[in-house]
Amino acid sequence: MSRRTSPVIPGFGLTLGYTLVYLSLLVFLPLAGMFIYASQLSWSEFYTIISAPRVLAALKLSFGTAFIAALLNGVIGTLFAWVLVRYRFPGRKVIDAMIDLPFALPTAVAGIALTALYAPNGFVGRFANDLGIAIAYTPFGITLALTFVTLPFVVRTIQPVLADIPRELEEAATCLGARPLQVFRYVLLPALLPAWLTGFALAFARGVGEYGSVIFIAGNMPGKTEILPLLIMVKLDQYDYVGATAIGVMMLVVSFVLLLLINILQRYVAKG
Amino acid sequence: MSTTSTSPQQNSRNAPSWSRLALILSAWAMFIIFLVLPLAIVLIEALKMGVAHFFESMIEPDAISALKLTLLAVAISVPLNLVFGVAAAWCVSKHDFYGKSVLITLIDLPFSVSPIIAGLVYVLLFGAQGFFGEWLIEHDIQIIFAVPGIVLATLFVTVPFVARELIPLMQQQGTQEEEAARLLGASGWQMFWHVTVPNIKWGLMYGVVLCTARAMGEFGAVSVVSGHIRGFTNTLPLHVEILYNEYNHVAAFSVASLLLILALIMLLLKQWSESRINRQLNNGDE
Repeated sequence: MSRRTSPVIPGFGLTLGYTLVYLSLLVFLPLAGMFIYASQLSWSEFYTIISAPRVLAALKLSFGTAFIAALLNGVIGTLFAWVLVRYRFPGRKVIDAMIDLPFALPTAVAGIALTALYAPNGFVGRFANDLGIAIAYTPFGITLALTFVTLPFVVRTIQPVLADIPRELEEAATCLGARPLQVFRYVLLPALLPAWLTGFALAFARGVGEYGSVIFIAGNMPGKTEILPLLIMVKLDQYDYVGATAIGVMMLVVSFVLLLLINILQRYVAKG
Repeated sequence: MSTTSTSPQQNSRNAPSWSRLALILSAWAMFIIFLVLPLAIVLIEALKMGVAHFFESMIEPDAISALKLTLLAVAISVPLNLVFGVAAAWCVSKHDFYGKSVLITLIDLPFSVSPIIAGLVYVLLFGAQGFFGEWLIEHDIQIIFAVPGIVLATLFVTVPFVARELIPLMQQQGTQEEEAARLLGASGWQMFWHVTVPNIKWGLMYGVVLCTARAMGEFGAVSVVSGHIRGFTNTLPLHVEILYNEYNHVAAFSVASLLLILALIMLLLKQWSESRINRQLNNGDE
């Protein structure tokens, strides 16, 4: 490896070596182990496991709810970021500090709290139930839990970018006769989109893998409200290591392909 | 934080005040629905049967041993990831080398891996049917369904926290101060302790707070490797799950409210270190 920085800064070899060894032992080798474990399977055996109806249903549910939750966050998160950056109002600092609560709060606590709120006999669920809407123990409940745990991602990626956009740009557009929606569409949106996509991708990736906050509110009915991580857990409890590994490998590969696509889209958007 | 000051005239020009009011009100509504309600319900449910019951659930032996295990997992994983974070941030932000951006991406890798998979990979390595399973049984070493497994799983999910806070901060600070220290005759470690550490201490604190919060609350990864042996391999979040599934809701929410209070303390510390980072960066600019 070639280095181009001034030679008086020491510690390059030591820190790079330590970083690589630490990451390899803790992350890379164990992950590689999973792929090696899965290679015991032939392609047709692998395909049989991941194309089982129960697995496909969980796959659709996990990726679908994570996608919708990330989209919802795209809207709610943009609203929060906009209000926090652009307006001064009572309680702004409290909201700004509390936005990170879903990251600080253990997911199991979030899970039981949301279930207590949205179960048919819960504080909010009761009213929804009267209206004939079931929230908990449906995909809707799963989406709600995922929206909660991934809420900070979009807010925190957009906030600094929005703060850096010079107000003069919008003022110039307004002076040239643009209406507020046109200002948003042609001035703000292009500047915000790359950050918005980053936040979306982070929320989506987290949502697909999320376990703790979901299992309490999901109801966990095989084929209906069973998420992919839970299915891995079920297989492990049955000592079906091979099945669990096959699903794990599929899940990782699908997530990475999607993240790669979002990354490409983001570069395309950033270029304009 | 933003430093944009908005005068009323500017706002009225860009957006009519009714739309501003509507946006602020909807942000408040979202805030209450999404963040305040879940927080309040934990405390309400925990105190349903009175304060005495609330405290009883917390000092019950299984809860105490779960608390101890959680603290142990935090005490091991946070310092290890702290040292890793400093080393990784040092090599990435103070040096230039081929493949640097790949390395930065790889440091974040654990964030896009499901916690369940983080647990699974260690079961495949150290479980009874795993790669080293037989060898471990012969030597009477237990990792899965035991404390070492819990520590490993916690380490995996918290690897990136300190590094990812330090990297942008140290990149922004550059290498001039370190170079000056070296040219004035400081040894490598003198430069590190007297120049680098004071510059990054609040960023370090920020990373440590986030790392601690996650280590304390990790559920999925720990759940896979724990085996749920009461009093032995239960962390606080796992203890909450067991109580909840036994329909012991008051106890579950009491232990949950302990975790909630810890989370709120983490938020306060995070806010504080963030304001110190900003102050330091602003001073440096002047």
